[in-house]
Amino acid sequence: MTDMNDIFATPQPSRDSSSEQESDDAAGYYMPGDPIQDTKAPGGPIDERWNTRQFEARIANPANRRRLSVIVVGTGLAGASAAATLGEAGYVVKSFCYQDSPRRAHSIAAQGGINAAKNYKGDGDSVYRLFYDTIKGGDYRSRESNVYRLAQVSVNIIDQCVAQGVPFAREYGGLLDNRSFGGVQVSRTFYARGQTGQQLLIGAYQALERQVAAGTVKTYTRHEMVELIVVDGRARGIIVRDMVTGELETYFADVVVLASGGYGNVFFLSTNAMGCNVTATWRAHRKGAFMANPCYTQIHPTCIPVSGPHQSKLTLMSESLRNDGRIWVPKDAKDADKNPNDIPEEDRDYYLERIYPSFGNLVPRDIASRQAKNMCDEGRGVGPEVDGVRRGVYLDFAEAIGRLGRKAIEDKYGNLFDMYAQITGEDPYEVPMRIYPAVHYVMGGLWVDYDLQSSIPGLFVTGEANFSDHGANRLGASALMQGLADGYFVLSNTIRDYLADGPFEKVAENDPAVVEAQQAVQARIDHFMTNKGTRSVDSYHRELGNIMWEYCGMERTEEGLKKAIDLIRSLSDDFWRNVKVLGSPDGLNQSLERAGRVADFFELGELMCIDALNRRESCGGHFRAESQTEEGEALRHDDQFAYVAAWEWGGQDGKPILHKENLTYEFVEMKQRSYK
Amino acid sequence: MRLTLKIWRQPDAATAGAIHTYEVDEISEDMSFLEMLDVLNEQLNSEGEEPIAFDSDCREGICGMCGLMINGEAHGPQVTTTCQLHMRSFHDGETITVEPWRADAFPVLKDLVVDRGAFDRIIQQGGYISVNTGAAPDAHATPVPKDNADRAFDAATCIGCGACVASCPNGSASLFVGAKITHLGELPQGQAERDSRVVNMVAQHDHEGFGGCTNIGECTAACPKGIPLDVISQLNRDMLTAIKHGH
Ligand SMILES: Cc1cc2nc3c(=O)[nH]c(=O)nc-3n(C[C@H](O)[C@H](O)[C@H](O)COP(=O)(O)OP(=O)(O)OC[C@H]3O[C@@H](n4cnc5c(N)ncnc54)[C@H](O)[C@@H]3O)c2cc1C
Ligand code: SF4
Ligand code: FES
Repeated sequence: MTDMNDIFATPQPSRDSSSEQESDDAAGYYMPGDPIQDTKAPGGPIDERWNTRQFEARIANPANRRRLSVIVVGTGLAGASAAATLGEAGYVVKSFCYQDSPRRAHSIAAQGGINAAKNYKGDGDSVYRLFYDTIKGGDYRSRESNVYRLAQVSVNIIDQCVAQGVPFAREYGGLLDNRSFGGVQVSRTFYARGQTGQQLLIGAYQALERQVAAGTVKTYTRHEMVELIVVDGRARGIIVRDMVTGELETYFADVVVLASGGYGNVFFLSTNAMGCNVTATWRAHRKGAFMANPCYTQIHPTCIPVSGPHQSKLTLMSESLRNDGRIWVPKDAKDADKNPNDIPEEDRDYYLERIYPSFGNLVPRDIASRQAKNMCDEGRGVGPEVDGVRRGVYLDFAEAIGRLGRKAIEDKYGNLFDMYAQITGEDPYEVPMRIYPAVHYVMGGLWVDYDLQSSIPGLFVTGEANFSDHGANRLGASALMQGLADGYFVLSNTIRDYLADGPFEKVAENDPAVVEAQQAVQARIDHFMTNKGTRSVDSYHRELGNIMWEYCGMERTEEGLKKAIDLIRSLSDDFWRNVKVLGSPDGLNQSLERAGRVADFFELGELMCIDALNRRESCGGHFRAESQTEEGEALRHDDQFAYVAAWEWGGQDGKPILHKENLTYEFVEMKQRSYK
Repeated sequence: MRLTLKIWRQPDAATAGAIHTYEVDEISEDMSFLEMLDVLNEQLNSEGEEPIAFDSDCREGICGMCGLMINGEAHGPQVTTTCQLHMRSFHDGETITVEPWRADAFPVLKDLVVDRGAFDRIIQQGGYISVNTGAAPDAHATPVPKDNADRAFDAATCIGCGACVASCPNGSASLFVGAKITHLGELPQGQAERDSRVVNMVAQHDHEGFGGCTNIGECTAACPKGIPLDVISQLNRDMLTAIKHGH
């Protein structure tokens, strides 16, 4: 890289944690690199930092903006809001998504709600409290400056959305309603029945289409980004495949924004939409963008279990169910296939209530998930056997129905019960629900500084695609908040500092960097189309997903991760030699689309395992069996691992390079969590 | 169960299509309709025949990407999205016909995949409230009566799937347009542009080649989100008001 974003840390030996890390489990799998730091966040009082940055960031001359171009990949909350806002500011914006309409981005599926520190309930909420809860929820692995800013702009998001016509739930007085979500003590979650993501996305989509009509934004639907173009050390464009005609097209701009969402589909089965992928960010990673904390994955405890080998995705049911449902498995494995209503009270193990008497069924997501896995591993899981194991636990409403009446339960959870019945064919009012954890969200993503700029100058990353704000774990209802904070309020105020130096010199169509990128994309497609293989893309994806779930899922061990890396490498070799893609590249070809995505998932999967192997501590969504308390609870090692692991691509045959960004806490004291 | 599938196959927009017949076996009733098609596609791939192209993304009934005519009904026999339809709605030995949405304004791109870009272009003509980022007053500045907020929400749950168009004998998108008119028209924030919105969106609707509404009601019967017919009455009322106001 000739012109790397200036992020390398000025040496501060006393703070260099690399010398303090006692373990080196990933030795041999990686190369140590120089420490880095976030050079954009101003210092000073935490509540003034964002103002300072907004003031210091230069403003691109309004008369010049019509000559400044921006590419935005992704039309979810983070991308649609960014494209609309940048269009309003007068830049020339091109917006890309792989679906047939921007409105279908995966953000549409979010159910529960969006947090904001409005304190409309007067229950003691504040920007500081949301900041504090988010830092703590992230298990002290996120940056204070970023998180404080997130809490600050959260209030503007609600104003913006209401003005756009987002129909949030309201009280009889006509004011907005709030609920408490994910175990926090204040009611700060705004919601639109169980369809908050849909309503927020439609708001952002409409703002985007308004700019399309105004001529500032052009949308490219059914266009998949397959490569990033970096010229003279700056991100200058992308290569996309028109998914209808099959044509490869190259687009240039002064700056590129990736808002391409999360990579949970590396596990094959997840609550993500079928098309969610890592390709956009992984291609950028291969061109020099650091990938931060890739192993931080959030696994959600209340999903509908796998029903058989045909399963294509998993469905989440709102966590609010745990407010009234009681989770149990039979005490004795031989009761696993009995009708649950025939298992008497004394033969049931309400294991969360037993192990965590004070929090019971409301323990955090990762604890609830891991304990469910433990029960099933012990052979006490319920439901159909898939690959020889029953993977399900009961979520039982019988007691709540008895206490509150069926009507009350219907009012609260009716739509969820209907959804469950629709999918499973069972009536949850009569038979306990069966649930099992599923991959839901990734906290890891491309490394960005306070400006949301990656390690490649001119490449900005927003939403789930970046790693910025959630540390090792994300609070419920905070992903929507982050996506819209990034897209509406942060990016437009930071990207202008970069654009103030533009427009940059026009990139020549025949620039060697462009030609090389185009040839590489073409070569990959040619390989898939001409390979005389025997196995379908999906069969590889499923197998990769199984490896990831088994060894890099809820509980990770040194031995398992090393095994996973070997398995992934040999499966990936086999994939390249033996995958079978039929049809033609010159038109709509869904197998070809998936082949490209799965190829990138293989490389990502390996890096996730290496990252998990290096991090010999348990924090947030990452649980290393070697790092637990005597009671089996997660044990962090702040003395060794209070850093962001930012990985640099080490070349096709090289090893990834680990850059550490130390995390320092000036305002919040680091504490071990306890839910006993 | 064992099924016979009669599926529309069409190589691309320019080439004529035809129904092809396939057999699948060992279909479990817990599969979704799309998972059943996944199984068929795996089978085709192993036999060397190109898999069938069909759209889906969330597979949770919310993104609106999926949509098939199943035995002549949009999204099949249940009132739900195609991705939420499960095989327990069918029986062993059944023959199922699967076709893409049929409407002049939704050209077929390949097999079961259609182009619904017309919906985006309708929204571009006023399906929004004009407010730039950062220009919003405090969210509590304007209370919204709960009844209006609820009605706005109900209309706003439209997923843009196009089943209303596919099931309408006239190929009208009035339910889709009426849903947006109702969503924004119920809210105080949506009043300033109310007249121009309906006039421009309807003009674009007609321009795209969607047919007129003759009150048949097939749309609302097929709509997976239960958008009621009265959004079309609302659309017509708003249109009359706009004309009265001189639009
Ligand atoms: C079932 C479910 C429920 C959830 N509920 C909540 C909740 O209640 N509250 C909350 O805060 N969070 C929730 N989340 C998390 C939250 O929804 C997501 O983290 C968030 O919406 C991500 O938004 P995004 O804009 O970053 O990405 P996405 O919405 O995933 O958008 C990604 C965009 O990138 C495009 N794209 C991707 N790859 C490419 C490519 N290669 N080329 C071109 N375009 C590409 C896609 O087309 C899409 O437009 C939930 C998640 C799930 C799965
Ligand atoms: S009105 Fe109903 S059927 Fe029509 S697009 Fe909307 S959700 Fe689909
Ligand atoms: S795939 Fe999203 S609604 Fe069916």
